[in-house]
Parts: sequence; C-alpha cells; structure tokens
Amino acid sequence: MYIYDEIDQRLVDERVTQFRSQTQRFLSGALSEDDFRPLRLQNGLYIQRYAPMLRVAIPYGLLASRQLRALAYIARKWDRGYGHFSTRQNIQYNWPRLEEVPDILAKLATVQMHAIQTSGNCIRNITTDHFAGVAPDDIVNPLVWSELLRQWSTFHPEFAFLPRKFKIAVSGSEQDRAATQVHDIGVQAKRDAAGNVGFRVLVGGGLGRTPIIGVVIREFLPWQHLLNYLDAVLRVYNRYGRRDNKYKARIKILVKELTPDVFRQKVEQEWAHLENGPATLIADEVQRIEQRFTRPSYLKLDAHVPEHAAALARDQAYAKWVQRNVHPHKMPGYAAVTLSLKKTGVPPGDATADQMDAVADMADRYSFGELRVSHEQNLILADVRQADLHQLWQKARELGFATPNIGMITNIICCPGGDFCSLANAKSIPVAEAIQRRFDDLDYQYDIGELDLNISGCMNACGHHHVGHVGILGVDKQGAEFYQISIGGSQGNHASLGKVLGPSVSQDEVPDVMEKLIKLYLTRRDSEVERFIDVVRRIGIEPFKEHVYGGHHKRPAGRGRHVAVAEAGG
Amino acid sequence: MADTWQLLKPAADKTLPAVPPDGDVIVPLAQWLAQRAALTERRGRLGVWLGSQDEPGVIADDLACFEVIAVNFPQFIDGQGYSIARLLRERHHWQGELRAIGDVFRETMFYLSRCGFNAFALRPGEDAHAALAALDDFSEAYQVSVERPQPLFRRRLTQGATRV
Repeated sequence: MYIYDEIDQRLVDERVTQFRSQTQRFLSGALSEDDFRPLRLQNGLYIQRYAPMLRVAIPYGLLASRQLRALAYIARKWDRGYGHFSTRQNIQYNWPRLEEVPDILAKLATVQMHAIQTSGNCIRNITTDHFAGVAPDDIVNPLVWSELLRQWSTFHPEFAFLPRKFKIAVSGSEQDRAATQVHDIGVQAKRDAAGNVGFRVLVGGGLGRTPIIGVVIREFLPWQHLLNYLDAVLRVYNRYGRRDNKYKARIKILVKELTPDVFRQKVEQEWAHLENGPATLIADEVQRIEQRFTRPSYLKLDAHVPEHAAALARDQAYAKWVQRNVHPHKMPGYAAVTLSLKKTGVPPGDATADQMDAVADMADRYSFGELRVSHEQNLILADVRQADLHQLWQKARELGFATPNIGMITNIICCPGGDFCSLANAKSIPVAEAIQRRFDDLDYQYDIGELDLNISGCMNACGHHHVGHVGILGVDKQGAEFYQISIGGSQGNHASLGKVLGPSVSQDEVPDVMEKLIKLYLTRRDSEVERFIDVVRRIGIEPFKEHVYGGHHKRPAGRGRHVAVAEAGG
Repeated sequence: MADTWQLLKPAADKTLPAVPPDGDVIVPLAQWLAQRAALTERRGRLGVWLGSQDEPGVIADDLACFEVIAVNFPQFIDGQGYSIARLLRERHHWQGELRAIGDVFRETMFYLSRCGFNAFALRPGEDAHAALAALDDFSEAYQVSVERPQPLFRRRLTQGATRV
C-alpha cells in the first residue's frame, strides 16, 4: 500500500475544501450549471436522471482493508448500502446526495483516498495489472510506476482540460494484463539487451466507436524519461487533438488522422526540448516511492504445500475454484485469489457494505490487510498462503464470492447446452466460446460496459436468456442448430423480457450479430454511463434490428426461410 | 485593477479591427502579422493576443516588440492556452506580462498561474478578490511548471519541500 506523505495528504485535503466551496456556490446559484459540470466531473461526480453518481478513485486498484471499510461506511451512510466496482478499478456510488458529496470526499481523505480526475476530460485513474508486484513474470513493480504517474497526473497544470478523457495503463510484466494496447497511452515495462529498465510506449489505442490497437511510438524509453516523454505526447494531443466533435476527440483519432509516423515526429520534436529537463526522473525518487509502499512480510515457505495438495485431491468443487480463481505468485507457498463479484443474479461488480466489511476482514486475516480491484470487476487477495486457501474458500463461499467463473467467459451466463444436456436444441458452450473469441480483448468488453449476456440451449431457459440484456436461445431447424437473439431483457428490480430481434442465425453468425449489436449501441449511447440496456430501452429494438439485418440480410445459402421459434416462451 | 489596455478583436467575418492612433492596444495575432510596420510606428504600447489554435512560435522573434502577450480561452474547458503559455515562457523565454483573456474565472486561476500567466482578465461578473484567493487553493504541486521549474521530487531532495 502506498502511504501518503504530508504533501500527498495536504493536496487531497485542499481538494476537498475546494470542491466544498464549488458545491456550495453551485447550490447557492453563484456557480452556473455549465461552469460546475466540468468541475464536478473532475471530482468524479455525474448527475444522472435520478441521482448523482460518484466515482471514487482506487489508484491502480490497490486498497487497504481500512480503506475498504471506509468505502463500506460511505455506502451505508450516504448511499443505499452498496457500491459498484467499475472496470477501471474504481468504485461508484449511485445514490449520493449532491450536497453531501463534499462530506464523502472528506471521509475518503481520512483514509488517503479521493475522487480526483475520475471523470472529465483529463488524465484519469492510472490502471495496471491486478497482480502487480506478485506476478511471477514481473519485470518491474508497476505499482511504483503507477504511483509516479498518479502524482505526475494529479492537477497537472497543462493537461486539466484536454479535448477528451485520457486513460493510461501500465504493465510491468511479460504478459500484458493491463490491456495497454487499448488505452490512450499504454506503458509496457521491458529491459534492453544490457538489462536496463525502460518502457515501450503505445499511443492511440482505444475502444468505443472506433476500436483500435495502439501503435508503438517508442520501442524502448529509458525509465528516466517517462514523465517528460508523456508530457510531450500530452502536449501534442492537447494542442492538436480535435475539439469540434466529441466523437473524434480522443487521441486515437489524432494519431490516425496525422498517421502514426507524423504523430511520432511531432512528439519527438516536442520531446527534443523536454528531454533531460527537470522532469527527468532520478533513482532517488523511484526508490522513495518504492519505500512508501508497504510490502507484505512473506514467510519463507516451501513451494509444495501438502495440506493444499490434499484438499485439491479430495474436494472437487474446491479444485475447480482453485483452477479458476487462484493464480500463481512469485513467492513460494503463496497464491493470489480472485473473489468473484460475478455471481449469477448479482449485477457484475456490485458489493454491499456488509460484503465489503467481510472482504476487509478476509484481507486482514489472509492477505496482509490489502486487496486489489481488478478491471474484471472482481476483488483480488494477492498474498494468500496456499495453506490457507481451503479455509479462505469456505469463507468466500459463505459470502458468495467463490463463484469459480473468472476470466472472459465469466460475463456470459450459459447453460450446459447440447454438449451435455439431452433437452437442448443446440449447443450453447461453443457459442459462448465463439463470442468470447470475438470479444477476446478484455478492454473492449469493459469499454462496452455492463452487459448481461445469457445463453440457453433450449426453451427451458436454464441460461435465463430472456432476462439477459442480450439473450441467445438455441433452436432446432430441421436438424440444424440455430440461434435466436433477443435484446432488452433484464433481471432485478427492473426486470423485463427480451424481445426477439429477428430470424435466427447459424452458430457461425452469432459473433457477427453480437458485434453489430455492440457497434450500434456504442454509436447511440449518450455517454459511457448509459448502458446497453438503457439504450435499448430508450431507442427500442428497431434500430438494432435494422443494424443487424439491414436491407441486405442474406440467410445462409440453401437453408430456406426459418421462422423464429417460440418467442419468449418457456 | 486599472487597465489601460484595449483589446482589439476581429469582426465576425475576420476583418481586422481599426487600430486607434494612440493608446495601449492588444491586437490579434493576424493583425500583427499583416500590419507589423504600422503597429510598431504608432504611439502607445503594443500587445498581441493569441487564439487557442495559434502557433506561439510565429512570434518567437518578435517578442521584443510587445509589452504584453495575451492568450485567449474561448471556453475554460478548452485547455490549449495552457500549452501555449508554457511554450511562450519555457521555450521562447517570454519574460513580460502574460495575460489570460476570455473565459477566465477563479476556478482556473491556479492552473493558469502555474502555466506562466501573471495577469488575468476575468470574465464579466467575477469577483477579483475571490479569484486571487483561488491562486492559493493548493499549496503544493507535483509537476514541473513555470511557477516551480523544479518538480516536487527534486525540491524534496534539495531543500525539503516547503509551503509556498
């Protein structure tokens, strides 16, 4: 855990004072709605139709148990008893009262937290690998570099009002678990031939309307230059990024319009002036930051843990959970554990105040009082003794956090389907897998946001496809397996049944249909806050239907016309 | 705060404004580029103002001709002027008055001053005292800026960071 020093704390406290003043002036009418909007957004505060939404920063996803307890306290005192862990390693509250938000920020400041730059057209929360610092393939500890970037980006005087939001992800390991290729800037640690640490810098990745993989503009940037090189990139973006059209304002559009080579030249020209300037990092500072992180005092353990091995052998359910939710650790005898917030029937990423307190207790008991929030909207206990795993699992099961469904497929609720079930008309697992492959890029998914995808192999609807935002139903057409897609379903307090989009499609076509649905949604949404389901409710299914089938829909050759079977039955 | 400067603006059709024969004027960049001889010969002091899309490099060799340089913020959410200001100060070494004009109010004072502005033409209706007080909203800053050319991490090493 990074521990604030006096200055870190003072800046966060001063922000609370500033925002309290801004809020009071807004409420008294002294500050207009137009002036207040960008200011509150830079404090994570959206005002939606029914209530404000407050997004609290969890820098690079790292939380101490006492911070999680504070988040639980906030959920109870100022919200409706729960919070939502977001895909950018933040937490969001959906029901705070505007006039109480300064009090919430003040409470956060007491545990070294804030909501600074969690929204708005500025540099957002720096994200990284949720296994940072414990991954066996770490090159550097990305937490240290993320904190350096947090400080560099906090109240950066030149880049507070960019053309559009700006997201930076840091990967410290061989394998990129931070989706750096789909961020405005991706920073990947690497070593040169001599063993020196540096970073590969990618620019212009992103999802949304224009999914695009970032381009490498620096193959190897020695670590000393990280901050002034990013200053150069941001300056080029701030000066030349489009401001006339918010859909073309992200840096990826600038990189594309200039071409990556011209963009790189501009950055290099800028950097030529900044290189070796005062922002050049020094080893003392990196070390200072490193030392402000508390680190677990690991025990010297054997890599082989007999009680763990024995539990694996005797308990199949446990073994399954270990297989999916337990991850390797660089220290012998330790493991990282994902606590799933994706239990079927629970909105992805939601946790109640009681659950937060319970997880805080688990963190204290099993993982040195720390945890992480993953961009898959789950919670990670990163430093667990393997000998404790079985006990932890039992505890997690009681709390509902042990669903063994971590990974891409976790967002898909899926019945066993025709591979296993005699009732099924069609296979469902392969369809899930095909969709998974199509949306393989994790960040693409989280840019899309909350989306319940449910697949049932037949009208028995074990996969609850009617209540998925997108539901997929297997149907039998003259011995062939087809899939009927419905959209607009949901569960929970605002349950609704999905409406069938149109003629069913072959297994091969399902991923294409999914892609079309998503593309239209991204085009039509008001903001990143408006979910797929909200757009369907707002604009109805016709635009989706048109987009998927268009005027030129060709049914698979030789299959003839097939009629959607049993609309919303079962 | 008494201000003798008159800010000249182009017409909607971009026609350059008439320049009064004397008095202190701040002319748009285009006017400077088109009428530099006439402007340097007139009585009264001269300033130039840059729009948010203007290139500060084009006046790099002319800085001695100006008593003031202004940068316009058409809307405060348009942050291009911050980069322009830093370039004028840090790259082109403009030492004189750097004035923020346009949508300037207390909420941007802190960032403006850190990027090198030392004069603030507040938009109508703003309380000057409150705006000046906002310069102290934050007592420290991590980054390199015009105001503090050494980043916090270097100042920490040399002197121990202090409240400023």
